[in-house]
Amino acid sequence: MKYVDEFRDPRRAQSLVREIHGRVSRRWTLMEVCGGQTHGLLRYGIAEELADAVELIHGPGCPVCVTSLAAIDLAIELACRAGTIVASFGDMLRVPGSRGSLADARSAGAAVRMVYSPLDAIEIARRNPTEQVVFFAVGFETTAPATAVAVQQAKELDLQNFSLLVSHVRVLPAMESLLQQPDARIDGFLAAGHVCTITGYEPYDKLADQYRVPVVVTGFEPVDLLAGILECVSLLESRSFEVKNCYSRSVCRDGNQAARKLMDEVYEIIDCDWRGLGMLLQGGLRLRPEWRHFDATFRFGGCSLPVIETPECQGGLVLSGRLKPHECPSFGGACTPDRPLGAPMVSSEGACAAYYRYRGAPIDATLNAVSD
Amino acid sequence: MCLAIPGKLTQWINRDPLFATAEVEFASIRRVCHMACVPEALVGDYVLVHAGVAITRVDPAEAQRLLDDLQSLGTADEWPPEEDPHEIR
Repeated sequence: MKYVDEFRDPRRAQSLVREIHGRVSRRWTLMEVCGGQTHGLLRYGIAEELADAVELIHGPGCPVCVTSLAAIDLAIELACRAGTIVASFGDMLRVPGSRGSLADARSAGAAVRMVYSPLDAIEIARRNPTEQVVFFAVGFETTAPATAVAVQQAKELDLQNFSLLVSHVRVLPAMESLLQQPDARIDGFLAAGHVCTITGYEPYDKLADQYRVPVVVTGFEPVDLLAGILECVSLLESRSFEVKNCYSRSVCRDGNQAARKLMDEVYEIIDCDWRGLGMLLQGGLRLRPEWRHFDATFRFGGCSLPVIETPECQGGLVLSGRLKPHECPSFGGACTPDRPLGAPMVSSEGACAAYYRYRGAPIDATLNAVSD
Repeated sequence: MCLAIPGKLTQWINRDPLFATAEVEFASIRRVCHMACVPEALVGDYVLVHAGVAITRVDPAEAQRLLDDLQSLGTADEWPPEEDPHEIR
């Protein structure tokens, strides 16, 4: 597939691996921000192959993992209301809340639908005019424009039975929060490429300058990941704390203006509770007051039952890069993808799920075998 | 969640700014994608699609630039003969 195969070429990848090993004078600690990158690094054996040159610590960029427990509990409560359908992405349905997951609620008879796109939820609302349809909107800036399009379409179509439970979060405040931790040990960031298609990378200039940390916009295929790592260690070796773009085929400095305009019309920035990381200043989005009739919390009220976090799950430590998934006492025993204790073991982008699935794959075998 | 896949825009279906849709080809599969965020895309362009919505156009010159930069890393005999990195395989 064009723009995929050439960036999975094992020869190009091996050449980059050699170059990275030759470039470093010490072992650097890099954080890849996005869970999709974490899966790529594990799936293709890159983290293991580069273990002597860089330590890759896994960032909080798994939207499903950081969605607050209160939001999940509310989604489940809404799904259990008579005459209400809750729709969300597949990963979100399996994440445990205080009392089971949306999938569990569906098994018990609640109306829960899995959708591929927020626009699919609009179609569900059109086809079910006597039901209230709530789209549980999770995701970073990559996904927030799709939700913005959906709510604007709902307004245009005068859909009275459509609303949103908005849990969209913003990546940059989370990166800054991690750098402010007293035990922070991040030398450089691989910024989330698909978030940057929307936001651009100009917002990272201040972060790089203030915290003296290079930020490299990085894609998701193995050659993209390795090119981002090479650029990041090169910046570190030259003590250069800049923002560089290694995903320029998809990302420009100012991002996607049309998408940003759609978002600005619909959302305002708020402080937001991230599961595992706590309250982050300006860490989330909510609908602007003029859109609040589409806000499910305004329409139906908040959660009525107390939030109960699973004490065994160390997800917060994993999401902040303090604990590797396999170092968690529950990993692979009490906690598996089939019986997850927390969100990072559920999601297709969760670091725990990536370790469970891929850890131990050598780079040659993996890069040569994977071409889908 | 942030997975996005490149596909080739084969046909515009609806040019309304808010309800814009186009047919996009991924390998041999064609899907209707929402285009409100990439209204400037042309037939033949590659777009990245996330959650059913195109989020950006793929810039072919920039894709080639990264591959060219990589070419300088290896010695000549480690690399295959000149090929079109954009050919569909």
